Amino acid sequence: MARKLLLEHINVPGINTFDVYRSKGGYASVEKALKTMSPDAVVEEVKKSGLRGRGGAGFPTGMKWSFLAKPEGVARYLVCNADESEPGTFKDRYLMTYIPHLLIEGMIVSSFALGAKVSYIYVRGEMMPQIRILEKAIAEAKAKGFLGKNILGSGYDLELYVQPGGGAYICGEETALLESLEGKRGNPRIKPPFPAIAGLYGCPTVVNNVESIAAVVPIINEGGEEYAKVGIGRSTGTKLISAGGNVKNPGVYEIDLGLPVEEFLYSDEYCGGIANGKRLKAVVAGGSSVPILPANLFLKTINNEPRLMSYESLADGGFVSGTMMGSGGFIAFDEDQCIVRNTWNFTRFYHHESCGQCSPCREGTGWMEKVLHRLEHGHGRLSDMDLLVDVSKKIEGNTICPLGDAAAWPVASAIRHFRDEFEWHVTNPSEAVARNYGIAHYADPLVKPEAVA
Amino acid sequence: MLRVETTQAPVEFSPELVKQFDDIVSRYPAGKQKSALLPILHLVQAEFGWLSSAAMDKVAEYLKLQDIEVYEVATFYSMYFMRPQGKYVLEVCRTGPCCLVGAEKIMDHIEQKLGVKEGEVTADGLFSWRGVECLAACGYGPVLQIGPEYTFYENLTNSSVDQLIADLKVKSNN
Repeated sequence: MARKLLLEHINVPGINTFDVYRSKGGYASVEKALKTMSPDAVVEEVKKSGLRGRGGAGFPTGMKWSFLAKPEGVARYLVCNADESEPGTFKDRYLMTYIPHLLIEGMIVSSFALGAKVSYIYVRGEMMPQIRILEKAIAEAKAKGFLGKNILGSGYDLELYVQPGGGAYICGEETALLESLEGKRGNPRIKPPFPAIAGLYGCPTVVNNVESIAAVVPIINEGGEEYAKVGIGRSTGTKLISAGGNVKNPGVYEIDLGLPVEEFLYSDEYCGGIANGKRLKAVVAGGSSVPILPANLFLKTINNEPRLMSYESLADGGFVSGTMMGSGGFIAFDEDQCIVRNTWNFTRFYHHESCGQCSPCREGTGWMEKVLHRLEHGHGRLSDMDLLVDVSKKIEGNTICPLGDAAAWPVASAIRHFRDEFEWHVTNPSEAVARNYGIAHYADPLVKPEAVA
Repeated sequence: MLRVETTQAPVEFSPELVKQFDDIVSRYPAGKQKSALLPILHLVQAEFGWLSSAAMDKVAEYLKLQDIEVYEVATFYSMYFMRPQGKYVLEVCRTGPCCLVGAEKIMDHIEQKLGVKEGEVTADGLFSWRGVECLAACGYGPVLQIGPEYTFYENLTNSSVDQLIADLKVKSNN
């Protein structure tokens, strides 16, 4: 069993309280960083660790930190993105619920590294229980001298606040999150300027995911080079995977990056296989935005190599035969699931969550939703699949923020890999309403699909 | 379509509530009190059950904003109610992963059990329900939440929903 870097003590009773967390070595990284390291040295360790943003984009965290502008006399901010809303992802909820001090500890060290005197944790408003948990954890840490003025006698001051969102997926996009934190509608900003130059209140700002910030704790405790020894290639460290859908043991798992997907899916240590003895039909590996893959292409790459849970291996084959790590929202579909219905459901989600700024996304997501609705309900046309691909291509890359891409990819990939199922919905409308298409050939030995432009 | 409604009932913010507002405003730099808008709207909704234009105008006055700045925010975010709701609003996740494990059947059951359509309020004023998008609890689906504290109910079945509704009815009498 692999060593856990984040969740090692998750099952210790009372680990959500300061005293128990501290007795398990908690807040050691704060002592180490504030007493023995310079802020730049902390940034350097995070760079060495190779940590990549755990919110979905996978951008190197240390590099993001090093972009932060540091003009004299201007405040700098660290904002934690806890607006977890990507369908399939629930790891941040888990971390904040059960081991909130890990996030607080990471926030203190990261704020120190960036020179932030005030930091915010932006939590989606629906997670009110988690907001209460974090507020309590902050009060405990403050009472013990780990927050506030002159932390541990180091001369460093930090105030940490929790900010609730109002219920909007788009606020997980970092500039929309900053708008929301400023009390506005969550409309993403045009970049540049990037938040590192002009973020919250126009000041230099870093926005990091909950899990990225938590990962700073083991990086500082053990050193960036040690952290980088875990994982594979440029996918260093451990990753929290939220396993849901039709797996036998849904839940949050911390894995070493590079774990074979087959082991993750079928081993009893993790998902334990598909529930109710059914067969695997398809997988969405990294949250609803990433391309869906049929079982055969998910388990093995197009070159017949076993696929691994790493940024590179999941992306092997590009969008023709691969997918993405995303946020680690792992959704398994059993043989009884309908791909058309699910694609319609996801598209409805993106239509609902589009902020409406950019026409291709605002209009395109609604258009795709209507077409998918008629396909699912037996009124589709054979030309609809080409229409959907066409609309998705005209959204992709033509919007201010990545929500447009996130809405386009699931549709394009579902049609790429499951076109026969969509066509069956058109040619057998009454049957398609009554039953599902089933598993078809997806579990068969791999056939090389045609390259799609 | 979304529209802003008002109420004939007087809207007054108690001194305790205003004290909470002040505490929130103190988290931001001077002059950035607009940042307090979302948290304050949550508090106002918890107090009154929804956001009437009268209540939003008072928030605008408190934060020294134009009324429209409050309306445009309140109508953008899905958690704010623009019209009166039941005392308990059952919000069921309707997004993909929850549907894979039966969320649609749970919504059908709630509709039948409460006898009202999505968004409507039961005759006794106790309940309304709606489908909401992903609540980031995909491993525990189907799930629903009930404000204002957004208490969470996981791995729902028809009987657990029946029990929940019965419990809430008892709770409302006490």
